[in-house]
Amino acid sequence: MTDDTQKQGPDATAVTETTPAPYAASLAAAGPIPSAPPRSQWFDVWRQFTHHKGAMLGGVVFILMVLTVFVGPLLWTVDPTFIDIRARNSKAITACLLTGLDTMFSCFGDPKAAGLKASWAHPLGADQLGRDTLARMMAGGQTSLSVGIAAMMLSLILGSLFGVLAGYFRKLDGPLMRMTDLFLALPLLPLLLVMVLLFREPLSAAFGPETGIFILIVVAIGITSWMPAARIVRGDVLALKEREFVLAARSIGTTNTKMISRHILPNVVSPIMVSATLGIANAIITESALSFLGLGFPPDFPTWGRLLFDSIDYMQQNPERVILPGVAISLTVLSVNYLGDGLRDALDPRLRGR
Amino acid sequence: MLTYTIRRLVLAVPTLLFISVVIFLLLQLAPGDPMAQVPLTVPPEVKQKMREALGLGDSVYVQFWKWLVQFFWVEPQVLFDNIFGTHFADGKLRVLSWQTRSPVMDIVVQRLPQTLWVVGMSYVVGVLIALPIGIYSAYRQYSIFDQLGTFISMVGFSVPTFFTGVLLIVIFSVGLGWFPSIYDTTLQVNDWASFKLQIRQMVLPVFVLALYNAAQISRFMRASMLDNLNQDYVRTARAKGLGERVVVLVHVLRNSLIPVVTVIALGVPQVFGGAIITEQVFKVNGLGQLLITAIEANDLPMVQTLTFIFAVLIVLFNLVADVLYGILDPRIRYD
Repeated sequence: MTDDTQKQGPDATAVTETTPAPYAASLAAAGPIPSAPPRSQWFDVWRQFTHHKGAMLGGVVFILMVLTVFVGPLLWTVDPTFIDIRARNSKAITACLLTGLDTMFSCFGDPKAAGLKASWAHPLGADQLGRDTLARMMAGGQTSLSVGIAAMMLSLILGSLFGVLAGYFRKLDGPLMRMTDLFLALPLLPLLLVMVLLFREPLSAAFGPETGIFILIVVAIGITSWMPAARIVRGDVLALKEREFVLAARSIGTTNTKMISRHILPNVVSPIMVSATLGIANAIITESALSFLGLGFPPDFPTWGRLLFDSIDYMQQNPERVILPGVAISLTVLSVNYLGDGLRDALDPRLRGR
Repeated sequence: MLTYTIRRLVLAVPTLLFISVVIFLLLQLAPGDPMAQVPLTVPPEVKQKMREALGLGDSVYVQFWKWLVQFFWVEPQVLFDNIFGTHFADGKLRVLSWQTRSPVMDIVVQRLPQTLWVVGMSYVVGVLIALPIGIYSAYRQYSIFDQLGTFISMVGFSVPTFFTGVLLIVIFSVGLGWFPSIYDTTLQVNDWASFKLQIRQMVLPVFVLALYNAAQISRFMRASMLDNLNQDYVRTARAKGLGERVVVLVHVLRNSLIPVVTVIALGVPQVFGGAIITEQVFKVNGLGQLLITAIEANDLPMVQTLTFIFAVLIVLFNLVADVLYGILDPRIRYD
């Protein structure tokens, strides 16, 4: 019984919960009544997910990252564009660790006395203009994460739209899948670069430099990364279409729109969720790669990729300025990838319950 | 299989035509003016003539047709001439770069060796590292080695190449001074000392790219081995008394390699196009760097030709992967 519940998703769960009383009585005669309440599919998924250590750790790190970046600026209220020219090129306070054992502790109290250009006013140092690195890291993280999440949403919407349409309507299957193949054959990074180059000026003029580039990058990443999601969703929809509950729904006269929104979409949520997590990782990497190549956001508008790119010239004096944004990008992507791995395992009914 | 290959090849023609149209139309929207660098003292009518000399006066479809003819008819003739010493292409107009006013394909041929050496080598190294790691971590699933290998491949997969590249430069070039941070393309390899220099400057870029490729391929290898290790034929092989080495390395490995080989084939186009970032980090003047400079300089014929070459490679290796799959796995029949 539970096996069936897991496989058939929300529809079957609903049936189990409303089992008529006489039927339950006949079951009771056959054996002891199970005392535990029936487990729902999502409870099982959650239990499997919590058993995946990497995924739990990834989830915690990702939530911490999001909190630091979005709530942090409320606590650390330094303006990321404020120029404190006397603090320029100052090092992170952690540079004290390298001064030697005897001076280390006094250095943390008074870095100036230890002959180090660092201060508690700028715990992570400042850049060549004297802008606070911690504030810029948080501002950059806001942009990077928002771009990642927005681009993921766009690519998911496109991907599931095309996937569902291609899988559900046989007439659309051929043309839509040919189009997916065409998009997969495009050289994506060069095209992204070309697109950013072409539309940067008109969009900046229309929406202002920051919003314009934001829209441009989100749209560019979105329309170049929906193809894998579309293929996976199409495959699942094709299989779902042959199932009995779809036949039953059709026999009571369900329209196509209702069929898709009520019966098909809830059952393809799991591949979409897995694609979503992996999509965030992909979008963050693509955005920072664009910024790194100098074709992303304008220089005074930090993102992690841009911070990394700007710091390369100073990596001999201040290597931590390169390492900080790089670690932030890598940690976020790593945590999101682990999250996706855990989700995939948890949502795969063949693996669950092992 | 032959009919399938031919059918796919025929289907590739409209695909590629479509892609070239998309790229061409995208580039037509480009805001830049190739005459922007010409001094202001040059009168407007002269500028207009220069523009027409670049072929910009024609309508869009004439320009596109000219590019098609130059790329698909004149350039192969030039190649033929160079190989056999004939004179078919003499006096015919080739695809010219706006930056250097020299044929695009000549520049591509100049840049190709650097890309092939660095990026191609890293792909080979990546595959050679990935296969044993994938095999062993699948064979000893959930062992320390497997946990470590999966973690490292996850890291290699997640950390972007521009960060690993810069990090390695900080550690090994700036900190330790072991390897140069810039790839010197003018280096002539003619004796042992220069060969050692060449190896030293290749270490960092090759390592960065190899880590990234190995991470992806070893994940596939491990998953594919795991799929096969529980199959009935493995139990049969063990039951009839074959040694563990033969079972794993002959029976399981050969079957698990089928999907991995196609994945490797699918990754080859990235060898040419996807290393743009690594080439930029280590200043390797290969094809990726050529594309970036062309985009920045608004050199549309160069961008068009390079992107199209990348697209051709992607389509071609997709085809190769599908055909290989059919050849390697006799259960798969396309006809």
